[in-house]
Amino acid sequence: MTGLNPEKQPLLALVNRETPLDPAGYDKKGGWRGLRRALGMSPAEIITEVTDSKLRGRGGAGFSTGMKWSFVPKESSKDRLKYIVANGDEMEPGTFKDRILVEGNPLQLIEGMIISAYAIQARHGIIFLRGEYHLGLERLQQAVIQAREAGFLGENILGSGFDFDLHVHPSAGRYICGEETALITALEGRRANPRAKPPFPQIGGLWGAPTVVNNIETFSNIPHILANGTEWYLGLSACVDGGTKLYGVSGRAKRPGVFELPLGTSLGVILNECAGGMQDGYKLRAFLPGGASTAFLGAEHADIIMDYPTPEKAGSRLGTGLAILLDDKTSPIG
Amino acid sequence: MIRNLEHFFAQESCGWCTPCRDGLPWVERLLIAIEEGRGTPEDIERLHDAARLIGPMGRTFCAHAPGAIAPLASGLKMFAEDFQRLVSKPTPGTAESGAAGRRLRRYGPMAKIVIDGREVEARTDVNLLQACLEAGKDLPYFCWHPELGSVGACRQCAVKQYANADDTRGRIVMACMTPVTEGAIFSVDDPEAKEFRGEVVEWLMTNHPHDCPVCEEGGECHLQDMTVMTGHRERRYRFDKRTHNNQELGPFVKHEMNRCISCYRCVRFYRDYAGGEDLGVFASHNNVYFGRHESGTLESPFSGNLIEVCPTGVFTDKPFSKMYSRKWDMRGAPSVCSNCATGCNTIINERAGKVRRTLNRYNDEVNRYFLCDRGRFGHGWVNAPTRLRSAGYVINGDMTPVPAQAALDHFGKIANAGKLVGIGSPRASLESNYALRKLVGEENFSTGMAEPQHSLVKLAVSLMSTSAARIATMQEMETSDGALILGEDVAATSPRMSLALRQIKRTAFNKAADQARVPHWMDASVRTLGQDTVSPLFLVSPTVTDLDGFAQDPIRTMPEDAARLGFAIAHRIDDSAPDVAGLTESEAASASRIADALLAAEKPLLVSGLQYASAALLQATANIASALAAKGKAPLLSFVLPEANSMGLALMGGLSLDEIASRAAGSTLIVLENDLSRRLDKAAFDTVTGGAANLVVLDHSVTPTAIRSQITFPSAAYSETDGTLVSAEGRAQRFFQVVYPDAPLQAGWRWIADLAQAAGFDHVKPWSKLDDLIAEIAATLPVFARIPEAAPSSDYTLEGIPLRSQTHRVSGRTAIRANISVRDIPPPASPDTPLHSTMEGSYGTDMPGTLVPFYQVPGWNSEQSLNRFQQEIGGKMRGGDCGVRLVEGIANAAGSYAMDVPSAFAPRAGQFMLLPEARVFGTDEMSMMSQPIADRAAPAVVRVGGAVAKGAQVRLSLNGELCTVDAVSDPSLPEGVATCPPHMVSRSWSTPGWVSLEITAPAERIGTESAV
Repeated sequence: MTGLNPEKQPLLALVNRETPLDPAGYDKKGGWRGLRRALGMSPAEIITEVTDSKLRGRGGAGFSTGMKWSFVPKESSKDRLKYIVANGDEMEPGTFKDRILVEGNPLQLIEGMIISAYAIQARHGIIFLRGEYHLGLERLQQAVIQAREAGFLGENILGSGFDFDLHVHPSAGRYICGEETALITALEGRRANPRAKPPFPQIGGLWGAPTVVNNIETFSNIPHILANGTEWYLGLSACVDGGTKLYGVSGRAKRPGVFELPLGTSLGVILNECAGGMQDGYKLRAFLPGGASTAFLGAEHADIIMDYPTPEKAGSRLGTGLAILLDDKTSPIG
Repeated sequence: MIRNLEHFFAQESCGWCTPCRDGLPWVERLLIAIEEGRGTPEDIERLHDAARLIGPMGRTFCAHAPGAIAPLASGLKMFAEDFQRLVSKPTPGTAESGAAGRRLRRYGPMAKIVIDGREVEARTDVNLLQACLEAGKDLPYFCWHPELGSVGACRQCAVKQYANADDTRGRIVMACMTPVTEGAIFSVDDPEAKEFRGEVVEWLMTNHPHDCPVCEEGGECHLQDMTVMTGHRERRYRFDKRTHNNQELGPFVKHEMNRCISCYRCVRFYRDYAGGEDLGVFASHNNVYFGRHESGTLESPFSGNLIEVCPTGVFTDKPFSKMYSRKWDMRGAPSVCSNCATGCNTIINERAGKVRRTLNRYNDEVNRYFLCDRGRFGHGWVNAPTRLRSAGYVINGDMTPVPAQAALDHFGKIANAGKLVGIGSPRASLESNYALRKLVGEENFSTGMAEPQHSLVKLAVSLMSTSAARIATMQEMETSDGALILGEDVAATSPRMSLALRQIKRTAFNKAADQARVPHWMDASVRTLGQDTVSPLFLVSPTVTDLDGFAQDPIRTMPEDAARLGFAIAHRIDDSAPDVAGLTESEAASASRIADALLAAEKPLLVSGLQYASAALLQATANIASALAAKGKAPLLSFVLPEANSMGLALMGGLSLDEIASRAAGSTLIVLENDLSRRLDKAAFDTVTGGAANLVVLDHSVTPTAIRSQITFPSAAYSETDGTLVSAEGRAQRFFQVVYPDAPLQAGWRWIADLAQAAGFDHVKPWSKLDDLIAEIAATLPVFARIPEAAPSSDYTLEGIPLRSQTHRVSGRTAIRANISVRDIPPPASPDTPLHSTMEGSYGTDMPGTLVPFYQVPGWNSEQSLNRFQQEIGGKMRGGDCGVRLVEGIANAAGSYAMDVPSAFAPRAGQFMLLPEARVFGTDEMSMMSQPIADRAAPAVVRVGGAVAKGAQVRLSLNGELCTVDAVSDPSLPEGVATCPPHMVSRSWSTPGWVSLEITAPAERIGTESAV
């Protein structure tokens, strides 16, 4: 996106929704640096680095990404079949951040998945993309082919000895596929009912094999952590956890949309500085801070810090980080 | 905004668990009503309840519903005034008025492994629901089933779990998904848990039709029982119910989808357990539909179990429907299915002198919870017009009823004219066969089996009783970790056994489950983890079988070659067993592969049978068992036999039909419950029946043999008398009557005693009761010494009182006979059964497993009440299980091997080797006289290895009969091989043999439309 600083807004800086970068263009703009560094490290080192960066899952649950990876059995990808899966089934009402990432810079996601696969030693990756994202699907499939041709996917990636390939799977529908165990079951070709845990997917997931499922925005952070280091990543945020966050608003704001800001920015900044405030004649009455499945907070919380703990203390959740605004002229019941 | 969101969440429910599937749509409808000004203050209360009951984690299967509740719960608080403004005062006298708020009380148990304050010893390999039930604590449930495990879908079994003694709040967990751990503290009676359980029933009731009075499940309905148990009584849902269209599912099972509570049991049984494919679940949220992709007969031969597995009246017994009676109005009796040799235990129900239906009777080692459809629906012949109900003279092929005494007197005159010769039957009881044998003498008695069946059954019994292998029970088969089926289509010759063999694959999943520390009863998780597991079941068969999909690389080869493969396997296990020369490379590789697998198994299992009439197959199988034993393994062995009492007759001994044929000439030939036209070709049949000076037939149904006779006597069917059958497993089991038949119907053995008396023979004295006859058999024939133990004798009492066979609510005892006479008569009685024919008598969960007439305990009126009769659910009956083994292998038997390896199959130019195609429906004698089975049976077709034009037929000569049959090409058969269903084309044909097939062009078809 024009006017964005890759040092401060790494996720969106290279997003181009008309023409996303190809591997060579991505390389020129600083892409693949994270991957190159990661392949020279050990998987355990990468997991440590990601854990120390305090990256928390961006899909709504907020679980420590590094810790989730640490539960995966440690055998090498040649000795044990494991899977890495990107949850791109973005169907939470009010959420539209992952769409921008896959349409505008699919290689960022791909690079993130290769690094993550290397960290947990998985040979196969699947991007599970919401079926309605036709453009995203096209862009991702094209990017995967390009990445493969350029040697970033397939056998012996960049001479590292690590084999990994990606498959893009468009969902056949239904919101429940965003639930990670239902997603896995859908990938197996069965009805998308969620599964009981245990076993946890990291132990027994896709076809019974260890599987890590992460959100697209989560994976998109990984190349930058590996390229620029933990300290830099922690320095990006305004709170104790690391990194930036894709925030956004929908409802009667002047400019609803997605904005990349330090994690821990207040809703006041998001709504008033980035989205231009409420439309003329409308006042904010209440909001769902992180999408349809978070609790309402009243207008008195309009300036709330949008990190993980603060909305919880107030009785709600950060969720996806994109807020649905209720104005004073719309019935809350209907 | 909130309604908009809740509409989204309700529609996006996957439909698995009750609170989300049935609770969210109700929430949405309440919101719509409120939005449109039709809401009441009670509606807001309901929304608060929904938020409180659905929202906290653990109430539902995943986080979808809690996510749905987040904006609802917070919105109810934040926008309370908006809600208030939209609702009106309640209308007095309606469901919405006067809704009571419920105060929660604290309830905190203070001890370890405590259930509601009571210290309980609970097993740790079961889930908490099962532990509660075994401790006698009633806890409602739907989707859990002892054999299908836990999936946590219905949310009915919610209980409170406390972290420790100090935890007074606790949290709600689903008992069926919770392991039993040392020191755990639970409460079933906690008010919050109770309220939630009641709410689950209320959610299920939002869509359930209120048609108990006209629903066939009523009176034995698990949903009724659970509703009463939770105390839910008042309907507050006032909106529309979702409805479905029903499907035609065939002659066995009726479909009424509006009653469905989406417990998912049907598809879990049909697909996961029984391997069926044409029943599935469609759509989602509260519109989930359980059925086929289109109307059509259910393909699985276990479809009838849906009737018992379904907790409501979605799937009901269609033939029973046509002569329906309430469960409480019927008499019950414990019986044994006689439609094959497996010996599954059944309960038969009667009202007004007619058998109405057959149910499963639990036997821990044999059939456990399930029957096959041939057994469940094959009883109709006992009510059919083909029954013989009086003695008769047959003159010129016409049967004329005569008084029984006249017939007996007539017999008395002819009996002394010549020798008496008797032909027994493998479909008649031990007692009747013994009585005939005693009457005619050992040297004049035939088992009623023709060759080669006669010798093969004897061989099978001999191999079993001299083998070092243990004879497998079906329960043991399920846990085998290396099994070989050699040359038998078990899925057709013993369907219930094939159901047990299918569980071998599921048992193999347990290893993967153990690695992930997932308990075996957590069924969905175990199946997920075990996906990659290679099935430890090997299958060698000439034809495609239903078990092919469960076996590891099924081998298709002719019976001779299957036997050769068996011999080769035995040799590779123990080289003292004879080797096989001339194996192909692939055969040798298969033999080694299978041998290795059997050697590596802890519980190797060998199965074969008599379908292909091959002694070599039986010997090869026995060789493998001996070889495994020689190597220190503990093999299990099982042979599938053809008829209910094949084993019994083989043990009793006697001449084959072929041997007796010469003796029968000029004799008075007595045939007991045997249709010789099914065993002898036309020429032999004419010789035997025509050559006898007098032919006397005792049978319960008209057969071609009965029509050839001079005198017939009507023997009682299995439902009208009592006796013993010995199953293929060597298990002697007793069946008891449920009907008290009108004279002159009586047991075959009573007729034989009457015949002896009529002829003045002293050597056979009447037996006044069955127990006397059984005692005599046990004393006379050592092999049957233990048959008195198969069931208690007729003087059995429970706490001093004989058992009753009717429920306390049975009605119409005198009214039923009012059309005959209004006078009261003593209730029917029989000295042969310990069960009283009326509702007077004792009954209890400790009663002997062999004498259970029905399952019912207070509060549990459905088949789920079986739980109370078991010591441990899924384990032995409290009162002991059924039957006594008469045949066992010999542990440490010296490995003696059969040495005759057959030659490889060699095709013949211009001829076809015709093999019998075993079928579940169509080839069995008595079940085919039951209308539903006849409807279900597909027409006979000859399947030909080789090209056959569509619509063509074949002409062939079978057992001296020229037959014309529809033909179809079967690519799974080699050229020069064909199959034909036994008894369906030529009545007597059932044995492999060379035939010439004349394939006729479609244009020359005889008969009507092609069956294919």
